[in-house]
Amino acid sequence: MTTPLAPAPGCGAIDLHREDGQRAVFCGLTGIVWLHRKIRDAFFLVVGSRTCAHLIQSAAGVMIFAEPRFATAIIDERDLAGLADCNDELDRVAARLIERRPDIKLLFLVGSCPSEVIKLDLSRAAQRLTAKLGSVKVLNYSGSGIETTFTEGEDACLAALVPDLPREAPEAAPSLLVVGALADVVEDQFLRIFSAMGIADVRFLPARNAAAMPAVGRNTRYLLAQPFLTGTARALDERGAKRLAAPFPLGAEGTTGWLAAAAEAFAVPQATFEAATAAGRARAETALGPYREKLGGKRVFFFPDSQLEVPLSRFLAREVGAELVEVGTPYLHRAHLAAEIDLLPEGTRVTEGQSLDDQLDRCRAARPDLTVCGLGLANPLEAEGLATKWSIELLFTPVQGYDQAGDLAELFARPLGRRALLEV
Amino acid sequence: MQLTLWTYEGPPHIGAMRVATAMKGLHYVLHAPQGDTYADLLFTMIERRDHRPPVTYTTFRAQDLGRDTAELFKTACAQAHARFQPQAMIVGASCTAELIQDDPGGLAKALDLPIPVIPLELPAYQKKENWGASETFYRLVRALAAPVEKRPAGSRPLCNILGPTALGFRHRDDLIEIKRILSELGIDVNVVAPMGASPADLARLGAADFNVVMYPETARAAAEHLKRALKQPHTKEIPIGVGGTRAFVAEVAALAGVDPAPVLEGEGSRLPWYSRSVDSTYLTGKRVFVFGDATHALGLARVATKELGFKLVGLGTYTREFAREVRAEAEAHGIEATISDDYLDVEAAIRAAAPELVLGTQMERHVAKRLGLPCAVISAPVHVQDFPARHSPQMGFEGANVLFDTLVHPLMMGLEEHLLGMFREDPEFHDGVGPSHLGASPVVRPEAVERVPASSPPTPAPVSDSSGAIVLNWAPDAEKELRKIPFFVRGKARSNTEKFARERRLPLITLETLYDAKAHFGR
Repeated sequence: MTTPLAPAPGCGAIDLHREDGQRAVFCGLTGIVWLHRKIRDAFFLVVGSRTCAHLIQSAAGVMIFAEPRFATAIIDERDLAGLADCNDELDRVAARLIERRPDIKLLFLVGSCPSEVIKLDLSRAAQRLTAKLGSVKVLNYSGSGIETTFTEGEDACLAALVPDLPREAPEAAPSLLVVGALADVVEDQFLRIFSAMGIADVRFLPARNAAAMPAVGRNTRYLLAQPFLTGTARALDERGAKRLAAPFPLGAEGTTGWLAAAAEAFAVPQATFEAATAAGRARAETALGPYREKLGGKRVFFFPDSQLEVPLSRFLAREVGAELVEVGTPYLHRAHLAAEIDLLPEGTRVTEGQSLDDQLDRCRAARPDLTVCGLGLANPLEAEGLATKWSIELLFTPVQGYDQAGDLAELFARPLGRRALLEV
Repeated sequence: MQLTLWTYEGPPHIGAMRVATAMKGLHYVLHAPQGDTYADLLFTMIERRDHRPPVTYTTFRAQDLGRDTAELFKTACAQAHARFQPQAMIVGASCTAELIQDDPGGLAKALDLPIPVIPLELPAYQKKENWGASETFYRLVRALAAPVEKRPAGSRPLCNILGPTALGFRHRDDLIEIKRILSELGIDVNVVAPMGASPADLARLGAADFNVVMYPETARAAAEHLKRALKQPHTKEIPIGVGGTRAFVAEVAALAGVDPAPVLEGEGSRLPWYSRSVDSTYLTGKRVFVFGDATHALGLARVATKELGFKLVGLGTYTREFAREVRAEAEAHGIEATISDDYLDVEAAIRAAAPELVLGTQMERHVAKRLGLPCAVISAPVHVQDFPARHSPQMGFEGANVLFDTLVHPLMMGLEEHLLGMFREDPEFHDGVGPSHLGASPVVRPEAVERVPASSPPTPAPVSDSSGAIVLNWAPDAEKELRKIPFFVRGKARSNTEKFARERRLPLITLETLYDAKAHFGR
C-alpha cells in the first residue's frame, strides 16, 4: 500500500512515498526513559495498563533500579467497571507517590492508549492535583501509541511545558532558546560556541530542573535541536516565539548550518562566526576523515523509528559518502525538515509511514550494506546476513555538534568493522 | 489503580506470544495499538532469536478509531494468512483493543479461512503473562488435540512433554535433560509442546500414553484437559534437584510401566558428593531467601535445605495461582510465605529475614546488590545473561550440578570466611572486603568504632519516642563487640539484640545484653 507522492513544495527533488500498514515502532511512552534523566526533579506517572509498565521496564532495562523517577498507575478491572472512581484512585496514587518522593517538583501524568480510549481526563486531573499537592506542579501529556510514535513522546512532553513557561518581558532583549533534550555535555559545548559568537542569553528547553525552565516571549528566537518537535514548535509560536529555520546539528555541516541560523538572527559578524566555529569544524573534519573510507559507497537502508532518519541520512550521504537505498521515517514535517530535504541527494527514496512486511521485502531485495532498524528487527536481519545498526542508540548517545561528529560516524561504522573482524 | 514501579510479569498477550513464538506453523494476529510491537524485542534481544516472532499486529492509531478498526483487523488477518500460510492461527486483543470491543474471534471467523482459527480471551486487566501462556496453550490443545490411534501393543511407551515456551528460564536446556532421562528409561517422546511443535503436532498429542508436565505455570491446564478428554495421566513431580529428579524418575517409570532402577542407580549427579565433601561444611545453616515463580521457588527451597544444608529464612512467589503450595512449604519451614508481585514488599521481606544468600529473579538480584548480599538468579523474569550460550539446565541430574555451582559460587569460600573471622583486625581481612572472586573494589576499613569513648556513659532512664516505642541506645563497648561478629550475621545479631532489649524494656544495650540475647536466641 505504498503511494508515490507528487513532489510537494519544499520537498526538493526527493522521491517521496507514503506507506500504510503494520508499523514496528515504539510508542511515545518510551521518551520517559531519557526525559527523566534530563529533568532531574520530575517524575513521570503513566496512567495505563500492565502493558505500559512492561514496555517501560523492557525499554529502560536495568535503569529502572537507579532510583526510578517513573512508574505506572495500572488501571484494573475495578476502575473499568466503575467500581472505583478513576479520579479518586489517581489522586490517591499521586499522593502516595509524592509522600514517598518529597524531592519531586514536577509530576507528569502521562496518558496511554487505555487512558485515552476510556477518555480519562488527565488535564483536569493535573489541575486538580496541582491545587491539592501544593509544592508540586502537575502537568499532563499523552505518550499513547495511538497518538505518538517514539520521540513524539518528548514533543508532547515539551509542548505540555510551554504554556507554563514564565513570560518574558515584552521589551526584553532577543534571547535564544534551544529546544529538544540534549546530553548535558552537548548543551555545554553549544553554550561555549554561542558565547564565542557573542550570543549571551541562551536557554534550553527542557531545563535540567523544574525551577529553571526558560522564559519565553515575543523576542524569543528558537532553534530546534531535534526534528520531532512539531507540537512544541506550535506551542512556542503561540507564545510569540519565532523559529529559526535550520538543518539539524548532526555532523559538521548540519552543526554549522544550525549555528549559522542563530548567527544570522543575532547579526553575528561573519568573522566572529568563523572564529567561533573554526576549531570545531577542523576537529570534526579530522575525526570524520577515517570514516570516509569505512562508510564511503556503503548502501544504507533506514527503517522508520525516530524522525532522525532524514538528518542522519543527509549526514551519511554528504559527510562520509554513503549511498541511500531508502530513508524510512514515521512522519515527515515538511517545513521543519525543509533545509535537510534540500541537502539530500537528488532522487533519494524517502518513505513516510510503514507497512512492515512490504518494507522488509524491499530491504531484502536491495541487500543494503547497512540497515538501520529497531531491536525487534536487528537480530532477525543479522541472521539473514544483513549488517544492522540498532537505531535506539542514536537517541541515547550524544551525537549532536562538532565534537560528536566522529562518534556519530563510529556508530554506523562499528557493525561493519565488527563483521570484518569476526572469523567464525 | 495500582502504583507499579516494576512488574514481575507482562500482560497476558505476552504469554500468548511466548506460546506462538515457541511453536512452528502457527501465526498470532493481535489487535493492538501502534507501539505494542515492543514485545518483539523481548524475543529477538533477551532470547536472541534469529527470527521475528510470528505475530502480526494491527497497530491501529487514533485516526483509525473514528473509522473501522474491525476492518483493519480483518485486513491484517487476511494478509497474515496469505503471506505466512500458517497451519493454524490464534487471534486476540491486547489491553487497548479489549476496550474498543471489536471481536477478533468473530471477525476472523467471518473471513472463513481454510485453517483453524482459535480465538483467545485474555482479560488484560485481571490476568498476567503466565496465565496468558497457560490459557493460550490450553485453548490450542483443546481446539486441536483429538483422539488418535494409540501405539501398537508391545512397542515402547510413548509420552508428550508439555510446558517449555519461548522466553522460558532455561527451558531449552531443561528439555534436553528431560529427554535424556526419558530416553534412558526407554520411553519415546511423541510431541514436545509448545516448544518446537506445529499445530499438526498438537493434533497427534493423543497418541501418547501420558504427559510429562515440566512447568505447571504454563502446562497444567492443558494437561488437565488431556486427562479429561483423552484419559492421559500426567506427572506432578518437578525434576529440580537430585531429590526432585529421583521422585520424577520414579513417577515417570510408574506411569510408563518401566523399571526406574537403571536410571536411579546410574551416575546421577555430582551434587550429593560435592555437598558431603568437607569443603561444604561451612554451608551448613546458611540463611537463604528464595523468591521466584512457584515451580522454581519450591524446587530451590528443597534443594537449598535438603541438598545443600542451608536454612530457609524466606520463601515467596509472585505467582498467585500457586500461592497455596508455596504457603504450605513455607509453613513446613516455620516461616511465612511472601506472596506478592510488588518488588518493594519482597525487598522489605528480604531485609527483615536478613539472609546470607538470596535466590530470586532479576529484581532480587538488584535488591541483593543494593543490600550488599550474595545472590543467584533461579527464576524468570531474567535479563539476557540468563539465556546463556552454554548448556545450563535447572532440571535433571545435570541441572542439580548446575544448581550446586550456582548456589555456592556467590558465597564467600569457606577458607576466606575463616580468615575473615580469625584475622579480623588484619588490614587484608576485614569486613569491608567482599568475596575475592566477585570483583568488588576494595573498601577502606571504617574506623568509627575506634573513635567512641571506651567507657559507658551513665545509664539513662528509658526514653520513648512519639509513637511510644522505646528508643534503644547501644553502649559503646557493646557496639564495638557487635562489630566483631562476622558481618554476614551482624544484622541479625543487631535486630535480635534490639528485640530482646525492647521486650525487656532495657534502656541501654550493654555487653551483657548482647550476650544474653545471643544465649536467648541461639544461632
